[in-house]
Amino acid sequence: MSETESKIINTVAYEQDYFPPKPTSTTKFFRTCKIWQFFRFVSINLKMLKVVAASHH
Amino acid sequence: MARVVVLGAGVAGHTTATFLQKWVGNEHEIVVVTPNSQWNWIPSNIWVGVGAMKPEEVTFELEPVYTDLGATFKQAKAVSINPEGGSESDKPFVTIEFTGQGKDGESEDITYDYLVNATGPKLNFGATPGLGEGSNLGEHTVSVCTFGHAEHANEELQKLIEEMRSLPDGEKKNIVIGTGHGMCTCQGAAFEYIFNVEHALNVAGVRDKAELIWISNEYQLGDFGMGGMHLDRGGYLTGSKIFTESIFAERGLKWITQAHTEKVTADTIYYETLDGEHHEVKYDFSMLIPPFAGVGLKAYDKAGEDMTAKVFAPNGFMKVDADYTPRPYAEWRAADWPRTYQNPDYKNMFAAGIAFAPPHFISKPMKSANGTPINPTPPRTGMPSGIIGKTVAESIKDMLNGAAEPTHTASMAEMGAACVASTGMGLLDGTAAAMTVFPVVPDFEKYPETGRDQKLTFGEVGLAGHWIKHILHHMFMYKAKCKPGWTLIPE
Repeated sequence: MSETESKIINTVAYEQDYFPPKPTSTTKFFRTCKIWQFFRFVSINLKMLKVVAASHH
Repeated sequence: MARVVVLGAGVAGHTTATFLQKWVGNEHEIVVVTPNSQWNWIPSNIWVGVGAMKPEEVTFELEPVYTDLGATFKQAKAVSINPEGGSESDKPFVTIEFTGQGKDGESEDITYDYLVNATGPKLNFGATPGLGEGSNLGEHTVSVCTFGHAEHANEELQKLIEEMRSLPDGEKKNIVIGTGHGMCTCQGAAFEYIFNVEHALNVAGVRDKAELIWISNEYQLGDFGMGGMHLDRGGYLTGSKIFTESIFAERGLKWITQAHTEKVTADTIYYETLDGEHHEVKYDFSMLIPPFAGVGLKAYDKAGEDMTAKVFAPNGFMKVDADYTPRPYAEWRAADWPRTYQNPDYKNMFAAGIAFAPPHFISKPMKSANGTPINPTPPRTGMPSGIIGKTVAESIKDMLNGAAEPTHTASMAEMGAACVASTGMGLLDGTAAAMTVFPVVPDFEKYPETGRDQKLTFGEVGLAGHWIKHILHHMFMYKAKCKPGWTLIPE
C-alpha cells in the first residue's frame, strides 16, 4: 500500500461525521419495515394528538 | 354590526378569519386583506423545491373560499394603521393598497372595530448582500419561502443535476443549504430541504457527484431556534444535537454552525463564525433562508403623527401582551411570552402568527468576537401560528358578545409544535424525521431538567413520519379550503 493510500484510509477517524451515532443495520431495517412502521404510525399519531390536545386551552 | 379586519391570509390570518366568519359572520362583517390571491401551504413548498410537487398542489385561490363563506376579500397590502381614527372621525381605520381585483395601486381606508395583524414576515433578503431567491430579489442564491421561489429553486436544481450527469468521475458540485444571516429563523425548512435535495440526487443517480454542506446560525445542530430539545433515545435523555448530527452523518452531509452569512457572490458564500474568524465556502447551488422582519406597517395617531415605535417593535413586529423588559438570558421566564396577543395600548388590536413581537429569543443570545449577533430568532410558524390564530378568533368572538377582555390564551410556553421533515413522494420509498416539542418555549420552572415535558417531546426517523407528512399536507389543504368538517381538523 502506498503512503498516499494509507493517508486516505486514515482520514475516516476524526472527520466531522465520525463521532455522531450512526444507525445499525437493525435500526435501518425497522425504519422501513412496513409492519413495524404501521405500529409506529399509530403511536406517533397518538403522541401528536396529545401534543395538540395539550396545546389548546 | 361590527367589522373585524384581518390583515394577512397565511396560516394565522386564514385561521382567524375563517373561524370568525363561521362563529359571528352572520351578525358581523369579516374583512380579509392580503396581497396574495392564493393561499399557500408553505411546509409543502419544500417538495415544490425539488420538483416532487407542482405549485398548484400547494396553493388555491382565496377569493372563492371567502366568497362562499360570506367574508369580504380584498387583495391588497396594508400600508398603515390609525388606531385612534383621523381628523374627521374617532373610528380607527387601516389604509390598504390594492394589488389585484382590477384595482392595482388604488388606496382605501377601511374602518374597523377589531383588527388582527397577521401579515407574516417580510423576507429580508436585503440584509445580506447577494442573498436572494434568484429571479428578481437577489442575484445568487435560491429560496423556498414562497411557492414561486420554490418553483424557481427546482428549476435551478434540475439544471445542476443535468450538469452533474456529465461530470467526470471524481469531480463534485458543492451544494450549500441553510441560513443566509446570523439572525435567521426557520432552520427547520432548510433542514428539510437539504434532505430532500439529497434524496433527489440519489434518485437522479448523481449523489456521488455532490458535496452537501449545511450552514446555519445555530450554536449547534438541532437548535432549530428553540435552544434545542432533549429526546428519549435508548434510555437516555439525549440532546437534539446528537439526534440531528446522526442524521447528517448517516447521509454524508457536512455542516457548518455558529455562522453569520456576511455576503454571497456568484460562487462563494462569505461567513463569520462565533470565534470572530472569517471564512468562505464555494457553491454551485445554494438555498439560504433570509432573515425575517415585520412587513413595514406604519402607525399614526389621531393628529397624523407617526407612532410606529409605540405600536411596533424595532424589528417591525407588533407589540402584544408580552413582557418586553430587557433581561439577561438566565432571567428569561416562560411568563415573558404573550398569552392573548392583544396590543397593550389599543385593546381592539391583536397580532397573530409571525406578526407578533416576541419578548426575546428562545435560543441563548450569542455574539461573535467582533460583536456580530449570531443566533437563531424564535420560530412561530405552522402549528403555533394556527393555534394563535384560532385563540385570537375565540377572544374576539367573545368580546363581540360582550366580554371586556380576551377570553382565550395560547402562550408559546404552554403549547407544543410538531415538525415532520420528509423526503421522497412514494408511499414506500420515503423516510422522515418526525419530531414534537412541548412546550416550544422551554419552561425551566415547570420542567427544571430540560425545560420540556419529556412525555410530549420526542423524535424518530422512519417511514411512519413520511406517511404522517403526506396526510398532514392533504388534511391542511382540505381544512384551509373550508370543506365539510374542516373545523374538526385541529390546528
